[in-house]
Amino acid sequence: MSAHVTTFGIPNRKMAMWVFIGSECMFFGSLIATYLSYKGKSVAGPTPAEILNIPLTSVSTFVLLMSSLAMVLALDAVQRDQTGQAKLWIGGVIALGGLFLAGQVYEFSHFYHEGLTLQQNLFGSTFFVLTGFHGAHVTVGVIWMATLLLMAFRGRLGPERSLDVEVAGLYWHFVDVVWIVIFTVVYLIQ
Amino acid sequence: MSATTAGTVRHESIYSGGIASWLTTVDHKRIGVMYGVTALFYFIVGGVEALIIRLQLATPEGTLIGAEAYNQMFTMHGTTMVFLVLMPMAAAMFNFLIPLMVGARDVAFPRLNAFSFWTFFFGTILLNLAFFVNQAPDAGWFGYANLTSKQYNPGLGIDFWVLSLQIMGIASIASAINFTVTILNMRAPGMSLMRMPLFVWMALIVQILMLLAFPVITVGLVFLFFDRFFDTNFYVAAAGGTPVLWQHLFWIFGHPEVYILILPSFGVVSEILPTFSRKPLFGAPFVIFSGILIGFLGFGVWSHHMFTTGLGPIADTAFSLGTMLIAIPTGVKIFNWIGTLWGGHIVMRTPLYFAVGMIALFIVGGLSGIMHASTPIDLQQHDSYFVVAHLHYVFFGGTVFGLFAGVYYWWPKVTGRMLGEGLGKLNFWVMFLGMNLTFFPMHFLGLDGMARRIYTYPAGVGWEQWNIVATIGAFVLSVGVLLFYLNVVRSLRSGEAAAADPWDAATLEWSMSSPPPEYNFAVIPNVNSARPLWLYKYGPTRDISKRSKEDGTPPQPDHPVERIELPSPSHWPLVAAAGLTLAGGGTMIGLLPVLLGVAVLVIAVYWWAFQPLERPGNPVFEPGGGSG
Repeated sequence: MSAHVTTFGIPNRKMAMWVFIGSECMFFGSLIATYLSYKGKSVAGPTPAEILNIPLTSVSTFVLLMSSLAMVLALDAVQRDQTGQAKLWIGGVIALGGLFLAGQVYEFSHFYHEGLTLQQNLFGSTFFVLTGFHGAHVTVGVIWMATLLLMAFRGRLGPERSLDVEVAGLYWHFVDVVWIVIFTVVYLIQ
Repeated sequence: MSATTAGTVRHESIYSGGIASWLTTVDHKRIGVMYGVTALFYFIVGGVEALIIRLQLATPEGTLIGAEAYNQMFTMHGTTMVFLVLMPMAAAMFNFLIPLMVGARDVAFPRLNAFSFWTFFFGTILLNLAFFVNQAPDAGWFGYANLTSKQYNPGLGIDFWVLSLQIMGIASIASAINFTVTILNMRAPGMSLMRMPLFVWMALIVQILMLLAFPVITVGLVFLFFDRFFDTNFYVAAAGGTPVLWQHLFWIFGHPEVYILILPSFGVVSEILPTFSRKPLFGAPFVIFSGILIGFLGFGVWSHHMFTTGLGPIADTAFSLGTMLIAIPTGVKIFNWIGTLWGGHIVMRTPLYFAVGMIALFIVGGLSGIMHASTPIDLQQHDSYFVVAHLHYVFFGGTVFGLFAGVYYWWPKVTGRMLGEGLGKLNFWVMFLGMNLTFFPMHFLGLDGMARRIYTYPAGVGWEQWNIVATIGAFVLSVGVLLFYLNVVRSLRSGEAAAADPWDAATLEWSMSSPPPEYNFAVIPNVNSARPLWLYKYGPTRDISKRSKEDGTPPQPDHPVERIELPSPSHWPLVAAAGLTLAGGGTMIGLLPVLLGVAVLVIAVYWWAFQPLERPGNPVFEPGGGSG
């Protein structure tokens, strides 16, 4: 297989990830559009204004954005064959991603105790499904990163495997960008 | 017509090997054949469902089946024909042909391709399992909200429908990613985008439509799943939601889906007409750009399915105009096809019969489509048999006839045998007659006020005559379809052996033996024309009286000239697909099967990811014909 020679000079896996991201845009786009079209339509409380904690979520948004920085540095380290740094930064992505997820778990359980459940009202349904699917994407990303970290510890993440990190990075950055949209639409513009 | 000299050596059959070799294959040709066989099987299933519908409606006050079973029949007929027949039949052709047409040895991701097939395949089984628990889905293939709610539809039928569509959607997206990358990134040297065969162009547009349309139905189905399994209220008006949300999500998917179903057929016809008219496609770039425009506009017209929903005059006007605009690129294509036939040295073979039949029938369906692009007219026709007539002229006349044309055309390449020509033409005429006898009267029935989806009707309202005609037509049509299966069986048993290039065609898939060797191309071709084989055979003047053999891409040598390694078979795509289906279908049973399914999926994905594509023991072909 002459898999290395491609028409556009881009590796197939990288192009596939871009194509997948295009598809994912429609997925999150539909979820966000539904959230917006159901905004203010709930017949029961709690409302977003009553329950959303902007300072807390701002912190976790910052944490997720920093994880993208770590991701960039991780790829750079792998490409320069700096295994030690690569482990550090991939570990950083996992830690920051994990922290974001912990924040989401805290937020979800807090809302649950405040009376906002999946079934309580349309806000609850659209909010939990939208942010839940985003959280699931972050979880997949964290597991993916953990796999790369394991490969790094086994000495199997040299520069020749940097495409593995780059493709995972594309996914990770995309999930981050989606969160920026969600944070703006759900939290900041109430 | 003359056969070329190439490919006289017969390769060891690429289809040999036991069942295990099929379960683990990553060869796009074999996967294509599996899609095709699955689709042809479900074509019978969906056809029988249609015959039951027609028998029930043959006479007033029909008593063959009751209302409940009738609802199941039209739901399963629609779902089966769309997702289990037309899409996989197109997928069969994409799989088999795209790598051959762009000059590649396989798709970009061979194992992902196997995963797509198996996921689709298990999805079809999950859907039809509903019959075995006697709770087939009964809310229509469109599954409008409220009809699907737990409150009004408490059984398992809708659950089967939601979950299997979700699973098949994953298969479609995975396959669309694969083929988008294959088409864009795996082309042979010299094959610029504008040199790609028209079939590949239409396939590329279809992949992009699937990539962007399927996530939307996925979200719609996710909401429905949550409504049914977790008591949310996405589609419940009492809680502030609206069933119209489903209509939007469904048709934002559903209208591009219409083009997902018809564009492959456009591609097939655009390949067949030049071959049998002995001249290039008239205005090929126009056909390409019209296809792109159809795909683009196809995303902006979904609400023309919802004129009776009450979206207001502004929305209705915008969607009405958008819909009428689509008639322009579609009309352009029809003129290009007729322009291709015009002045050609027409060779009357079965593929051309079906291709020309497709154009004729699609024009009928297209014209009735333009009628209900107009909101006031649509308000009269909505949910009547007029729409049933329209959609069957498009899907049966357009898609099925186009795909049959493709099957007759590429069958020799796939199997190495010809389909019978006499039987083929009989097949065409009986199907053509049956199709018009079945569906044309439905125009009259619809204008006469007969509603869709009613399971019976009273005597004396003037519908008896056309209903019995339609039912007789359905049986004529069935005979036509059976003639096709007969032709297939006869060809496989004792069909005339096919040459490498039996139709004297222009594109790369005819440059190697029939069926192709496992590695497709002994030499990756250098492409210097949109019609590389014609250039080789007839030179730049395209004078078919002179064979030049100077320019163009020569036919493939019989044996590799370099060492060729192919990817190893793998069972992990199959296991991953099984895990996914178990996790999905398991939600109807409980947490345990879901967790088990997820575990299987995760394990399979990890094995798959860390298993090298080419391992010791993979198929290797040495120069001069040796293989290991």
